[in-house]
Amino acid sequence: MLQLKQIHKVFNEGTPDEKIALERMNLHLKPGDFMTVIGSNGAGKSTLMNLISGKLIPDLGEVIIDEKDVTTVKEFKRSRLIGRVFQDPMAGTAPAMTIEENLAIAYSRTTSRGLKRGVTKARRDFFKEKLETLHLGLENRLQAKVGLLSGGERQALSLLMVTFTEPKILLLDEHTAALDPSRAELITALTKEIVEAYNLTTLMVTHNMQQALDLGNRLIMMDKGQIIFEANEEQKQKLSVDKLLEEFQRIRGEKMSSDKAVLI
Amino acid sequence: MPTAIFGSIEAGAIYALMALGVYLSFRILDFPDLTVDGSFVTGAAVAAVLIVGGTNPFLATLIALFCGFAAGCMTGLLHTKGKINPLLSGILMMIALYSINLRIMGKSNVPLLSEETVITKLSGFWQSLGLDNGLDALLAGTGFAPKTWGILILMLLLALVVKVMIDSFLKTDFGLAIRATGNNETMIRSFSADTDLLKIIGLGISNALVALSGALIAQYNGFSDVGMGIGMIVIGLASVIIGEAIFGAKTIVRATLAVIGGAILYRLIVTLALRVDFLETGDMKLITAFIVVCALVVPKIVERQRENQRKKRRLVQSKQKANESGEQFAAIKTNS
Repeated sequence: MLQLKQIHKVFNEGTPDEKIALERMNLHLKPGDFMTVIGSNGAGKSTLMNLISGKLIPDLGEVIIDEKDVTTVKEFKRSRLIGRVFQDPMAGTAPAMTIEENLAIAYSRTTSRGLKRGVTKARRDFFKEKLETLHLGLENRLQAKVGLLSGGERQALSLLMVTFTEPKILLLDEHTAALDPSRAELITALTKEIVEAYNLTTLMVTHNMQQALDLGNRLIMMDKGQIIFEANEEQKQKLSVDKLLEEFQRIRGEKMSSDKAVLI
Repeated sequence: MPTAIFGSIEAGAIYALMALGVYLSFRILDFPDLTVDGSFVTGAAVAAVLIVGGTNPFLATLIALFCGFAAGCMTGLLHTKGKINPLLSGILMMIALYSINLRIMGKSNVPLLSEETVITKLSGFWQSLGLDNGLDALLAGTGFAPKTWGILILMLLLALVVKVMIDSFLKTDFGLAIRATGNNETMIRSFSADTDLLKIIGLGISNALVALSGALIAQYNGFSDVGMGIGMIVIGLASVIIGEAIFGAKTIVRATLAVIGGAILYRLIVTLALRVDFLETGDMKLITAFIVVCALVVPKIVERQRENQRKKRRLVQSKQKANESGEQFAAIKTNS
């Protein structure tokens, strides 16, 4: 479903600040795969996400989604195939617009937008039905401005908006990192539920190793623009946080920085 | 005096179209678009030149509207494709339009006094309806009768029709995407919307309304002048800000109505201010700036005072409560 071939990306090329963000990276997700990505800051996780979503174009290599080469397809066109939830709960919704208007915008992600009414009776019923699955009572607040919702509610809404049109690829970019522990748990549970319900091909970046182990069927660890460790479904089930840290030290021969240890 | 007030309401209704355009760019797209100073005159110039050349005034006004649309699209192109800062792209377009407007008119002023215009045609149509006498009865007590009610009523009607069209446009899939572009660009782009195109079209529609307003004002005043657009953006902002401060802006339906109200109110304030003895016509821009500053600052002061009063009340209440519980405590003590 998603294939990265020999992806290479360098920032500030030819200057003293030159940094290789991704080095000839290969990745292949089969339909229904849910891969979690861990790695320290600067490992290239965000660059990876931005290359898949089309915010960045690779220097070398190909991005293939659903058998189509989308390497140079513009971000807004590519987002017909891709759903993305951002780390910042404020980033995925329009605060000055109502819940139903936000949902209507998300609903027309896969179509071209014309001069038909955005929120129709039929759509409203559909939105209500979908909002009920969040168990947050948002189905009774369709006309409330999204800016009035809490961070957790907004992130749950973002997750719903991105997924209910069943994207080919779902990108989750540390989407629980900015929430308090109980809200983060709620969003994690919702993520699991939704991804399973639609059988979405998913790539999730996280700093939380426990979350990386709990969710998904595959796991990769990145460092300095490369995949340094990969676990398939069978191997992943046997992993623990301690084993992951051991693995990292064995490969890199250095202790993970202390701030990462805090986040476990 | 009543003639002046009546006239200012008439003009206000026409300027309301321009204010609605400014509302679209300033509030919906969050784009302070200075093109307005130029595109207003473009509308006036195109309509005036075509009318003098013998074109049907309604057609001339329609063509003026499309010219405004093109000017707005140019600003949008400069900003999105040329990656120029919003304010600067508006200023560049404004300055470019000054020369273009001069070229269109061929001189700095085109009089329309003896021409058949939209305004004269509409007045004629209204007279044929014969409703004026009935309406004059409304003002019977004041001893004032306007020349015609037609312009006021038809222009207000036009403003309201445009308002309703904007309201329903902003509720379509396309309109929702335009609103989201001004509200959260990252989000709407991740939902497969071409924000560049949305901005260009949005600015086009905004300036189309501004040019329409300019074309009608030229016909209303009986001339088109290359300097008639100076400060127009500030007048537009004044109308939007005054309207929202007084009539509220909770929903789009309400905000667009407030903008029309604001445009008329602005004309009334200026007319009344010019009646003050020591103020001259040249002071108009100063008055405008003063009004905008007031509309921006006064609501904040009022809000702060309300907040202070609420705090005081809460303080008094909590003191009373403390006293009451203290007395009870004392009563229990003496009883025991």
